[in-house]
Amino acid sequence: MTTQDLGAAGATGRPVGGVATAIAVSKSFGATRALIDVDISVAPGEAHALVGRNGAGKSTLVSLLTGLARPDGGQILFDGHDAPPLSDRAAWQSRVACVYQKSTIIPTLSVAENLFLNRQSDGLRRISWRALRARAADLLAEYEIDVDPSAAASTLAVDQRQVLEIARALSFGAKFIILDEPTAQLDGAKIAGLFDRLRRLQDSGVAFLFISHHLAEVYEVCQTVTVYRDARHILTAPVAGLDKDALIEAMTGEDRSERAEFAVAEYTPKAEAKPALEIRDLSLAGVYEDFSVTVGEGEIVGLAGAGGSGVVALGETVAGLHRPSGGSVTVAGRKVRTGSVPDALRAGLGFVPEDRHAQGVVPMRPIAENITLTAMDRLARHGFFTGDSLRRAGSALMERLDVKAEGPDQPVGALSGGNQQKVVMGRALANSPKALVLIRPTAGVDVKSKESLLGTVRQAADDGCGALLVSDEVDDLRIAHRVVVMFKGAVVAEFPSGWSDAELIAAVEGLSGTGTDDPLIAEREQQNIANERPGHE
Amino acid sequence: MSDAASAPPADPAARSRRISTRWLREFSLLPAMALLILIGFIESPNFLTSDNFLAMLQQSTELSVLVLAEALILISGRMDLSLESTVTLAPVIALWLVLPTSGNRFNGLGFGVEWLAIPICLLVGAAIGAVNGFLILKMNLNGFVVTLGMLTMLHGLVIVIDGGQTIFTLPPSFAYIGNAEWGGLPASVWVCGVLFAVGIAALGWYRHGRSLYAIGGNPGAARAAGIRVERTVWIVLIIGSMLAAFAGMLYTGRLGSASASQGTGKIFEVFAATVIGGVSMNGGRGSLFGALTGVLTLKLIENVLTFGHVSAQDIEFFNGVVILVALIVSRYTSGAAQD
Repeated sequence: MTTQDLGAAGATGRPVGGVATAIAVSKSFGATRALIDVDISVAPGEAHALVGRNGAGKSTLVSLLTGLARPDGGQILFDGHDAPPLSDRAAWQSRVACVYQKSTIIPTLSVAENLFLNRQSDGLRRISWRALRARAADLLAEYEIDVDPSAAASTLAVDQRQVLEIARALSFGAKFIILDEPTAQLDGAKIAGLFDRLRRLQDSGVAFLFISHHLAEVYEVCQTVTVYRDARHILTAPVAGLDKDALIEAMTGEDRSERAEFAVAEYTPKAEAKPALEIRDLSLAGVYEDFSVTVGEGEIVGLAGAGGSGVVALGETVAGLHRPSGGSVTVAGRKVRTGSVPDALRAGLGFVPEDRHAQGVVPMRPIAENITLTAMDRLARHGFFTGDSLRRAGSALMERLDVKAEGPDQPVGALSGGNQQKVVMGRALANSPKALVLIRPTAGVDVKSKESLLGTVRQAADDGCGALLVSDEVDDLRIAHRVVVMFKGAVVAEFPSGWSDAELIAAVEGLSGTGTDDPLIAEREQQNIANERPGHE
Repeated sequence: MSDAASAPPADPAARSRRISTRWLREFSLLPAMALLILIGFIESPNFLTSDNFLAMLQQSTELSVLVLAEALILISGRMDLSLESTVTLAPVIALWLVLPTSGNRFNGLGFGVEWLAIPICLLVGAAIGAVNGFLILKMNLNGFVVTLGMLTMLHGLVIVIDGGQTIFTLPPSFAYIGNAEWGGLPASVWVCGVLFAVGIAALGWYRHGRSLYAIGGNPGAARAAGIRVERTVWIVLIIGSMLAAFAGMLYTGRLGSASASQGTGKIFEVFAATVIGGVSMNGGRGSLFGALTGVLTLKLIENVLTFGHVSAQDIEFFNGVVILVALIVSRYTSGAAQD
């Protein structure tokens, strides 16, 4: 790299000399060009968003900025100085840290040891556990993290692990932190807590590169946004004053008007329509109580709630993963033996689980096998099925769900997150279900895949399937005909289509005020809602 | 509640409770051991005697050293089945190299002086560990299958070398550590105690020892923290195999002979003792002290069965039953799943 190139980069209007700067970097993996001449510059104390669809090159940039890979061309600078050699991990750690979606906290060790991993003591000196705990306590106090340093890291919640990783990065002296999808596994209150923390750190001069699929979050915390598309730099602009449609257009390369519109229609049951899914007085001790809802044929009912509200457990109970302490589930008129997944499947229930890695896909097996997993019985003849029938059925489903892959024989693990999620969705639909239970079906996927997935749900509903959509994402819930809101195990509100984001979120967060812990007030609020919206149970 | 900081309050009561449960886990086998001693005491007046306990301790030393090796390897998230064959191969190769070329039932190569058998034995162990490490870490082969293959191959190699005979002629220096007594206790017990003390100290209070837990718990995170994961695991595999070779020396010295059949099937006892002692098969969890109590528990069971006049033919069956029962009991006393 020469000063000429620096000048050239400057001439393109890119600021040079932030905490972290990449100038005209390129990176290829074999024949795949992951990044082509891209720039990015993060100013001190700035929260800089990096957005782009899957495959835009975001993760490649992260590995270049954290010193896990070397760029083929271009230059990476920290505070205007050349990046250290890749082998000098300590030098990288003092400049940059990344909080990945996958935690780098070791669950079997204590909080204190995790914070000072591999630097518990100097060289060959004996570790003083008392001193280590004290150092950890100081560090935790400095960043106002209320965690016991001697607690096992396995007892921490996701958000606590994240702030721990941030604190650890800062303790190395890094002033630049990359957050890769930090909110993917957090609920509303925890996200607010994280953002609050980020703002305070920004005030003390720490800069963030914020990678997210949630554009709303970008608008909430970031000052600048950079968009990559297909390995190229498309746009860098201040967030304030940037139109959301323009941003989506930059990400997708399409005009906003071409995007599928989700018209919100009133659900009008057909005359002969029977309920697709009937839940009566379902209870799971200590999690939720007496939940009832009826989902008609072709109806989509949203079920919204923050973590701890019990919505995920409720969805899982309906699918048979938990045995409820009381109540019944009926699918298309057939009573399901609760707590039995096979029985729920037989009754015609399709299920998209919350965690696609743990419960959704078998990553090393082919797409065709994954996508037909629930329908194997139906594909089989006399208990045997052939590879051909599997591939045919798989291909048909892949086409219906728009799975982008080399073919039905490709292992699912090789697909992008969005396409993996489509496979999970396909698996739920393979059995031609009469009712669907979907738990956060669009978590961690890009805008385009999200639309495709929601379109599939919509299509399934139009074909007569009833859907219970468990989510805390406003975008998901927009396709629902009505949204039921749960808070701490009880239904607190129900909105017909056409709700405003603010009122929904307020309900999800427990009416966003003080006194929500008070059951009396909550009950009164519920009453008010019931009064305001007559005609809804 | 809005902040990330909301979870477990750091009140002192909660902390002391946690510390006490940690100690409970560490000592979870002690009640079982006490019960076994009580049963033995009721069974026979000869049970609770220093002679019996010394003999039992000495017989535990080889297993203890093997368990120390396997515990280190399991904590680092790997496993090594070939330790069992290393136990016999290392002494046999050492003896084969140094024994004179004529005059005995088993003729060696007459290489060097007799005391060289000790360093050669340990070097053979190190070499086996290095080969395992190469296959597992550099060629990325599955550790279970690699060490299973090594287990069979090395056992075969012993028979190739000694022709299936038992070697009775041992250089005195080589046999010394297995049958000497220091201050009224077998030397092997002293050495074994020192090895465990060093291991417990290293894994409890030294950075390099702690890195084994990090590697076993989450290798990616360990790498991100600057720990040289491959190199450390390789060293652990080499140390493990050297310890196995040393166990072979103790065994040979105590029995006064070396043969291919020694230690056959021992690896199952090693795994049983390690897991009963609370070391996770998935890595990152367990302690060497716990593993040691696992060994002592197994040996006590064996001893109690012998005193209970369980015949030699039946003892294997009872041993298996008792190991399974011990596993089930320790699953509940330690409170953690033995995955």
